[in-house]
Amino acid sequence: MAAVQDGPMELDAEKEAKPEILSDGTSNLSGNTASGTLSSSPLTAAPAGGAPKMEDQQTLIAVLQFLKRNKLSESVEILRREAGLGEHQEGSQATDGSGGGKGDGDGGDANSLLSRVSITSAAAPQSMPVKKDQPDVSVVLSAYSQQGDPPLYQVYYSGLKNFIESVLDCHRAELSQLFYPLFVHMYLELVYNNHETEAKAFFDKFSGDQECYYQDDLHILCGLTKKEHLKGNEVLLDFRTSRFVLHISRDSYQLLKRHLQERHNNQIWNIIQEHLYIDIFDGMPRSKSQIDSMSGSLAGEAKREVNKAKVFYGLLKEPEIEVPLDDEDDEAENEEGKPKKKKTKKDSLGSKSKKQDPNAPQQNRIPLPELKDSDKLDKIMYMKESTKRIRLGPENLPSICFYTFLNAFQGLTAVDFTDDSSLLAGGFADSTVRVWSVTPKKLRKVKSAGELNVIEKESDDVLERIMDEKTASESKILHGHSGPVYGVSFSPDRNYLLSSSEDGTVRLWSLQTFTCLVGYKGHNYPVWDTHFSPFGYYFVSGGHDRVARLWATDHYQPLRIFAGHLADVTCTRFHPNSNYVATGSTDRTVRLWDVLNANCVRILTGHKGPIHSLAFSPNGKFLASGSTDGRVLLWDIGHGLMIGELKGHTDTIYALKFSRDGEILASGSMDNTVRLWDSMKAFDEVETDDFTATTGHIHLPDNSQELLLGMYHSKSTPVTHLHFTRRNLLLAAGAYNSQ
Amino acid sequence: VRSSMTEREERRFAEVPRESIKLMAESTGVELSEEVATLLAEDVCYRLREATQNSSQFMRHAKRRKLSVEDFNRALRWSNTETVCGYGAQDALPFRPLKEGELFFVEDREINLVELALATNIPKGCAETMVRVHVSYLDGKGNLEPQGTVPTAVQSLSEDLLKYYQQITRAILGEDPHLMKVALLDLQSNSKIAALLPYFVYVISGVKSVSHDLDQLNRLLHMVKSLVQNPYLYLGSYVRSLVSSVMYCILEPLAASINPLNDHWTLRDYAALLLSHIFWTHGDLVSGLYHQILLSLQKVLSDPVRPLCSHYGAVVGLHALGWKAVERVLYPHLPAYWANLQAVLDDYSVSNAQVKADGHKVYGAILVAVERLLKMKALSLTLAAEGGCAGLPGTATGAVGFRENSLGLSPPPEPLSEPPLGIASHLQAGGAGCPWEEWTPVSLPAMYCELYSFFGDSLAVRFSTGPPLGGATPPGPCQPLEGRKEPASSAPNLENTRKMPQLTASMNISPRRDGSPRMEPQPPSLAATVPGRSLARSSSSSSSVSRSRSSSSRPGRSTSQSRDIFPKARFPLPQAGPPAFSFIIGGRQMGRRCQGRRFQTSFTPTPPHTTLPPRAYAHKLPVIGRVSKPVRRWTCSHYSLHLPL
Repeated sequence: MAAVQDGPMELDAEKEAKPEILSDGTSNLSGNTASGTLSSSPLTAAPAGGAPKMEDQQTLIAVLQFLKRNKLSESVEILRREAGLGEHQEGSQATDGSGGGKGDGDGGDANSLLSRVSITSAAAPQSMPVKKDQPDVSVVLSAYSQQGDPPLYQVYYSGLKNFIESVLDCHRAELSQLFYPLFVHMYLELVYNNHETEAKAFFDKFSGDQECYYQDDLHILCGLTKKEHLKGNEVLLDFRTSRFVLHISRDSYQLLKRHLQERHNNQIWNIIQEHLYIDIFDGMPRSKSQIDSMSGSLAGEAKREVNKAKVFYGLLKEPEIEVPLDDEDDEAENEEGKPKKKKTKKDSLGSKSKKQDPNAPQQNRIPLPELKDSDKLDKIMYMKESTKRIRLGPENLPSICFYTFLNAFQGLTAVDFTDDSSLLAGGFADSTVRVWSVTPKKLRKVKSAGELNVIEKESDDVLERIMDEKTASESKILHGHSGPVYGVSFSPDRNYLLSSSEDGTVRLWSLQTFTCLVGYKGHNYPVWDTHFSPFGYYFVSGGHDRVARLWATDHYQPLRIFAGHLADVTCTRFHPNSNYVATGSTDRTVRLWDVLNANCVRILTGHKGPIHSLAFSPNGKFLASGSTDGRVLLWDIGHGLMIGELKGHTDTIYALKFSRDGEILASGSMDNTVRLWDSMKAFDEVETDDFTATTGHIHLPDNSQELLLGMYHSKSTPVTHLHFTRRNLLLAAGAYNSQ
Repeated sequence: VRSSMTEREERRFAEVPRESIKLMAESTGVELSEEVATLLAEDVCYRLREATQNSSQFMRHAKRRKLSVEDFNRALRWSNTETVCGYGAQDALPFRPLKEGELFFVEDREINLVELALATNIPKGCAETMVRVHVSYLDGKGNLEPQGTVPTAVQSLSEDLLKYYQQITRAILGEDPHLMKVALLDLQSNSKIAALLPYFVYVISGVKSVSHDLDQLNRLLHMVKSLVQNPYLYLGSYVRSLVSSVMYCILEPLAASINPLNDHWTLRDYAALLLSHIFWTHGDLVSGLYHQILLSLQKVLSDPVRPLCSHYGAVVGLHALGWKAVERVLYPHLPAYWANLQAVLDDYSVSNAQVKADGHKVYGAILVAVERLLKMKALSLTLAAEGGCAGLPGTATGAVGFRENSLGLSPPPEPLSEPPLGIASHLQAGGAGCPWEEWTPVSLPAMYCELYSFFGDSLAVRFSTGPPLGGATPPGPCQPLEGRKEPASSAPNLENTRKMPQLTASMNISPRRDGSPRMEPQPPSLAATVPGRSLARSSSSSSSVSRSRSSSSRPGRSTSQSRDIFPKARFPLPQAGPPAFSFIIGGRQMGRRCQGRRFQTSFTPTPPHTTLPPRAYAHKLPVIGRVSKPVRRWTCSHYSLHLPL
């Protein structure tokens, strides 16, 4: 889409802008409206300013790069100041492909190339991580310029192919990872240099060799045959702006290097140097299945050091709430046994909260709203309900209630339940949001201002009196969006509802007046999902502009921008401790972001299709993600590793939810089934100590069938949403599809 | 536009030819050179592909499988391209070829907007979007049972049908017997209720929830009967569901049977009859149904843990399915079962009284079943011997008569040789491992010998006593039999070998004897087998010995005395001694009423003798009697079995 034509600039600009927001935001979260404006301004400013003095800047940047490489940092500073170049400009210009045409002096000289090969390859493991986003100066100047004889591309590629196919089995699997990125880059190079027929021939000859999970990308690629088309194509931009990351063992890498040097296969070597990032590890080469389980994303696997950051995945201490008066009420009603039980429960809860989870973040790491009286009441209700909770397990599966939307005419796009399962909201393609009361209690609006004046404010039942009985109804319709509503989310206190829409806005609705309170504008493109923080106040949204944004309800601009995904952010979820946000994307990765500093702390690869659902386990340790390929992947957040793969669904998984105690994972899909998985077993079977020491390559057992506890069919009703009530009854929702 | 999406397999995309571009350009008054047209065509193709690819994500986020025009327009809008208006239809427009020439086009009719705008017949607003909730799966166990009995789909029923459904169910399950009758009659003949069938079947499957209420169970069974008899209904696979409901009534230890005053026996009889009716009329709808029914009946019968009423159900169920079923399932199983039953019947303790009474019901049911088995087998042999007897259909249909009059069901036809569906074929289709696979036919004499060893005289009596009881009063008037009655009163002789106290009978015995058997065993051989068997039985069943020992510890209890326990009937002797009999078992209730609990219902069902031509009957059967036995003493006697408590 046209939107992304300026993609790389935009993204890098945002990346650079991040620290500025953060320094502001950490000190005072609520007072950073200024940082919000700062962060959003480059979005529009950057592309305009970039164009005119492009050529001069190119040279300057090249010089800067050179100085940097030789560690002449002072000169760098001076030059930068004098030239008036911002850090971000440097980065963005560096990767912008429009500068590619000027890479003259680079192509032919074999000697210099070879020397560079030896230098960089030796330095690769150490130096690469340091300058990860700063491409080499030569890369900038030569991106996709003519580098070899077009007809020979097939020879190069098949030469490498023959070599890889002839090496030992253990290396072959690892080196085979090179095929896909090399294929794509060589093809694009041919297209870029207007060798249309050669490009077609190259594609036809080798596209069949690629892994099946790259088919979707190949379909897009095969449509690209003209240089003009390259501009503004998302997939292509991803390939040019990001390096494709491969994990290869040192032995295999040496083998490859030796081969390329012997054959003087500079063409291949150049591409590897310029567009690929080879993460070399010591140890046994990985097996084919290990590689397959981790690959599949748009930009290869995650670099290992990306996932090294510490994540505080523990839960926050529960606020201590006295359960006084209420208990006595119960005592009056109930028999003697009950209040006693409650007291012990309360004690145990108290003692638990005193112990600080070593993995939990500091209580005030993120400023959280204070509990209101009504919140406390709700917490008490929650505790009461949870004493009646059914303990689930493989022998004790939950009952399932299905909420079927009738007459939705294929228009139901999003569903959410309140935590106490009293309200149900649906987002529809006709731009409306509808709210239903699931309990017999009807939905009522607050009276108008004029009527409210008449009410005696001191009366005990003032809360009841302010409601307008005339408006009582089972459901309410909220009008306001001008495009399909793709995401809805209730606030934990049930006073607000969020909806995100194709019209680029996120709207906050009051469930007291059933009117729109705020329209949060910032995404400018369709907003695919939104989710309230478990403590309220904050919420996150993600959309077609490839970023997720953190908002606070009382700020009209975002507090944080989480940028880094290479494609649309399709789903967003808050971590139970509210310190982290997980996002799933069309680039087939899941990322975890730190709310405090907007850093990306985890990149999880392994999905083979866009991710459409995410769920954190209640203890905050694990994450489940579901994608269009029908698989659910389980992740250990602490170690940033995949720990399970649940196969079985035959269509996109749109809903994932852990039971209240985390024993069971429910997944709902377009294939009209709800499946229940034994998540306890899945988590237990992985010894987490095992992979901390080693390279982090674990072997996944193929035990989906053992973990599958049940499969439940609906009658032509795709499952859009799943929710466990506080007593562990499973609620599912979807629209009946009569066709 | 869409076709560019669909041809993914070939990795080729639909292309807009150069000519089309030129044509379009000309239509707007622009002249294009070849070169420009080619470039434009390629670019157009690419842009279309791009837009299509982009539009797919709108489809995915709308959680749909079908790409709509709307999705495509959104993709266009977001790439700053003008959207295509006027294609907002939900359904795809037809893509048609033109007959003359190879022209394919999307049929896009022009719509008269004025007409549309001023139209007065505005369609009623589409139904309001709503949410309905239902518990799909309870405790995660819901899907163990196959779906299909419950209509889960949102099915559109017309108002009238819905009303009919409500009225009918209310009438049938309600209090008013007259209304019920009318409703059942209508259900039986209404030709327009096919759509309601699943609902009725669902209602009927509710038998499981009303097992405490005999009345309701009865009403539901009547509903089954009406549905089955409705000639306009195609039951299809619902037969299975109906059968399972009926089987439930036959076999389950219903909650209603806890109270001995409840006559659940009649319910079981009725259900069994219904089962046979369903099977004979609709059995072909579900393959292997007969086999399954037999299997489950056999399972119940061979399960000693089941209460006696379940066993009773199994027996009457087998009986209702025809004598072949009895022969193949009940008969081979009888020796094993007998020991258990006898244990119950021999236990005279007070606490056992109720169980014992139940045991007698089972005994009676078995007796009835095996008697018909013998009779039918003999008849079939005769017919086979006579070869194509003209009277076959007539005799055959009449052969089964099990309280049919009281039910108002037409008796299911049971042919002598093979049922229309071919029971044997069903059995053979059952596959290996089915218990009666290795079943080999037992010859009639052998069978009789064995049965006689169990039932002794009562068997013989039953055998030759044709007419059923007329009414509720035990010694009702009956037609005297024309055929010769074999003396069955060899009881005294056999008394020491038989552990079973005899259920009794009043009978009319004719001293005439003739008709030596044509194909039946000779008396000598019979005489030879009987003692041997009895001996073997008495020696083998050590439990019965010990039991008799324990009973003998009580004063006045011995096998030889048992006859005293059954004093002469207290009923007045019937006039002219029609062969009628009644059993009276004194139970605990006896204390309150001076009469014992009478349960003749299960004992009456002997085939009406009218259906069996006495001649043929007389020819074959007398043989079985023990000719040499002294019988005179017992002629015209009326015995009742009065169980001591």
